[in-house]
Amino acid sequence: MTWLIFGMLCIALSGVPGLLYDRRSDAGERPAAVLVVVGCLACLAGIGGALLHGGAELQLAWAVPAGRFALRVDALAAAFLLPLLLVVATGAVYGLGYWPQRAHPDNGRKLRLNYGLISAAMILLLCARNGVLFLVAWEVMALAGFFLITAEDRRAEVRRAGYIYLIATHTGTLALFGLFALLGHATGSALWPAAGTLPAAGSTALFLLGLFGFGMKAGLMPLHIWLPGAHAAAPSHASALLSGVMIKTGIYGLVRLTSLFAVIPPWWGWTLLLTGAVSGILGVALALAQHDIKRLLAYHSVENIGIIAMGLGLALLGRSFGQPQLVLLGLAGCLLHVANHGLFKSLLFLSAGSVIHATGSRDLDHFGGLLKLQRWTGLFFLGGAVAISGLPPFNGFISEWLIYLGAFHAVGHPGRGLYLALLAAPALALIGGLALACFVKVFGVTFLGAPRTPEAQQAHEAPASMLAPMALLLAACAWIGLLPGSVAPLLAAAAGNWNGSALPPLTARLAPLSRVGLAGWVLLLLLAGLGLWLRRRRAGVGATGETWGCGYRFPTPRMQYTASSFADTLVGLFRFGLWSERHGAEVAGLFPGAASFASHTPDVVLDRALTPAATGLARLFRWLRRTVQHGVTAIYLLYVAAALVVLLTLFTR
Amino acid sequence: MVARLVLQLVVLLLFAPLLAGVIAKTKALFAGRVGPPLLQPWYDLARLWGKGFVVSRTTTWVFFAGPVVGLAVPLLAALFIPFGGLPAPVSFEGDLILFVYLFGLARFFTAIAALDTGSSFEGMGAVREVTFSCLAEPTLFFALLVLARGASGLSLGALLGPQLAGQWQSETGASLGLILVCLFVVLLVENSRIPFDDPNTHLELTMIHEVMVLDHSGPAFGMVLYGAALKLMVLGALLVRIALPFQTGSLLLDLLIFLGGELALAVLIGVVESVMARLRLPRVPQVLVGTTLLSVFALVLVLR
Repeated sequence: MTWLIFGMLCIALSGVPGLLYDRRSDAGERPAAVLVVVGCLACLAGIGGALLHGGAELQLAWAVPAGRFALRVDALAAAFLLPLLLVVATGAVYGLGYWPQRAHPDNGRKLRLNYGLISAAMILLLCARNGVLFLVAWEVMALAGFFLITAEDRRAEVRRAGYIYLIATHTGTLALFGLFALLGHATGSALWPAAGTLPAAGSTALFLLGLFGFGMKAGLMPLHIWLPGAHAAAPSHASALLSGVMIKTGIYGLVRLTSLFAVIPPWWGWTLLLTGAVSGILGVALALAQHDIKRLLAYHSVENIGIIAMGLGLALLGRSFGQPQLVLLGLAGCLLHVANHGLFKSLLFLSAGSVIHATGSRDLDHFGGLLKLQRWTGLFFLGGAVAISGLPPFNGFISEWLIYLGAFHAVGHPGRGLYLALLAAPALALIGGLALACFVKVFGVTFLGAPRTPEAQQAHEAPASMLAPMALLLAACAWIGLLPGSVAPLLAAAAGNWNGSALPPLTARLAPLSRVGLAGWVLLLLLAGLGLWLRRRRAGVGATGETWGCGYRFPTPRMQYTASSFADTLVGLFRFGLWSERHGAEVAGLFPGAASFASHTPDVVLDRALTPAATGLARLFRWLRRTVQHGVTAIYLLYVAAALVVLLTLFTR
Repeated sequence: MVARLVLQLVVLLLFAPLLAGVIAKTKALFAGRVGPPLLQPWYDLARLWGKGFVVSRTTTWVFFAGPVVGLAVPLLAALFIPFGGLPAPVSFEGDLILFVYLFGLARFFTAIAALDTGSSFEGMGAVREVTFSCLAEPTLFFALLVLARGASGLSLGALLGPQLAGQWQSETGASLGLILVCLFVVLLVENSRIPFDDPNTHLELTMIHEVMVLDHSGPAFGMVLYGAALKLMVLGALLVRIALPFQTGSLLLDLLIFLGGELALAVLIGVVESVMARLRLPRVPQVLVGTTLLSVFALVLVLR
């Protein structure tokens, strides 16, 4: 525990040395990165020690009423903490090359200070066992997150994204205040009760408040409104942190909250399963329609949070219907996907950052042919793309496989309604297919083909300080994909923590993880063999030429498929939920002049529902104010008199 | 186990190109032509192997990753599926998901290899491939759920076990018939056959799979063709096993039944290709969604 607190302090204070220097001096950069890395290593040592001893606990008296200062690390918290540490450390090192102080004198110091603060707050939050302490850490995290998003607050779109984030996060926090007040009322203390002890009475309100508050942070559809804008606006390594780990604190809250109850009503599981499926399908459909690379990745977070929620929903159903195997598969899939999404999404954001750094644009249609100029970035992005599409042999496949197994497991239990949970399998299949289509589009349009702009033609490879963090993240993705058996004990222990009582271990009969890993190795071996064979066969023979243009002799890079044209068919199929806007592209006559075309897909909830509703409400209140308040003193006196008369008639007897 | 593994791979590697020959022969007979010899796919592979390469200057190593993954995936996936009465060489809980996702990996790399050339025609092919496949994928999972309902485990070996013969005679028979139709449609989509794609058309604008591999040449193109043939046979094994769930106990007889089933499937594909025209592209998603609904009916029937 000492190591953990020492590490937390190192990370929290990492940005402070930089404040002592001039804004143009880069003397604070390296100390900050070193402090973060040292802090992460110290936390890792602390968590490792805690896991070896079956959990560590710290309780101190403090001046805040109701309860003590309580920290506890168990396997469930560790499942969230371990990927967090890796993402925080790699992001800090990446920031050295991506956001140097000399290039960003205005906001470099602010960014590093808040990067440290948000990371430490998240570690504290994941260990906190006291409601008040949890809320304090939650608020520090939310506010530091706001400053990360608004790092470039000179740009209007960034300010707007930050503003929406602030509204959303505080609406969520309001629900959490209610949740912890009710929880404290039920247990008589701000300390959290042990898993599986809360009675069923009053649990509905707790669950709904938690679902709203935590779901807002996690970005479950339709509460995801803040997410796309915020992740697009923040600097890439901050986006990696926000998308990779910060939204997972919402999932952690849901997982921890549901673990407290002794009895779980079935509708909780159904609600999460359904919300998860909707988030997954609509999230990936919205992602397909985007052509801003960071906005697209942000919508994939909504999709992956949906998959995670489906896993949690299956585990809850397992609890309700007394199926320990379903609990184990669902929760193991949920927790592993939390870690996996943290790893591959940070990898994708970091490599997207490297592309943005090299070309100065976020629009997919300004890239093209970058694999030739950014060999390593392209390779790392490809690894992340395969992983996020849930394809073997990377880690995304393992967690989705566990959730699939859970869904198939439900087939064997007819009656009592549980078998409906098997619909999770086709939903996951659709999500997987769409994600694959989306990442074929992103990788193809960004890295393959010919460069579409002069900037893309002159792109340069990122420095080693940016490439090494990506390599480390890709290695972690491959490790979980190829040696999945090594994470099984942690997952089973975490599922036991959640269930309150020990579950049967994740046996080879239930989920043969080592066999899947072995299949991955065989696949790699086959690929390497065939690849080398083809390479040897190719050596020395062959000619190069232009791409075959089907008879047309003068193709230009502008004739390539663009991001919008690639997604057009699928976006058309989902038009009932997307309502894409298209402008232009009408040509008339035999020799038409120049024409332009633009397509744009605004967010369904934010831009189509909430913003018009809020604008309407604001107009209504402006009208009310105009009619009620017009500065005539006599009328104000009349209001006072009328109020008095009403109150007197109501309250005199 | 090793002997069975080797047998399965040898049967697959030797027999798969013959299916393409049978399809071509059937179509020729329907059209009143003599048609190419049955072993023509083998001759094509041999000819391509002797050729050199012509590679576009736009491409990178990703261009060659497409054929490599496309050939490796059916080889690995074939280990999980029983060839008729021959049990699967490798079988474990959940291998059916690995089976489906391996083909997803092949699709991913084939599509990005097509985009690597920078040609808009190949872009079109890539779009169609990923679009239609992601609509076919839920159908495949509904069909697997129907099979899983009556099976004792969650491996392909258990799903396609000897219990199928009994199921045909029970109430489940209707569901099996429905998913057989659905899986046939999925097979046609995944292998880019008429009515979804016409591999023999002369117009690149209307193709799916063929247009994606337009720029490949020589041995790499040979790998593409061989990979496609293996894929047809491996996916066909799923259908053949459901349609002919006989288990004689004799290795040779089981193998002959299976190979006969695969040949019958190839003839059936040839007949379908001869009597139908290619669908208009906007109609394809409608057919696929309709097939998904059919598989939902099959699932409802077994769950009731």
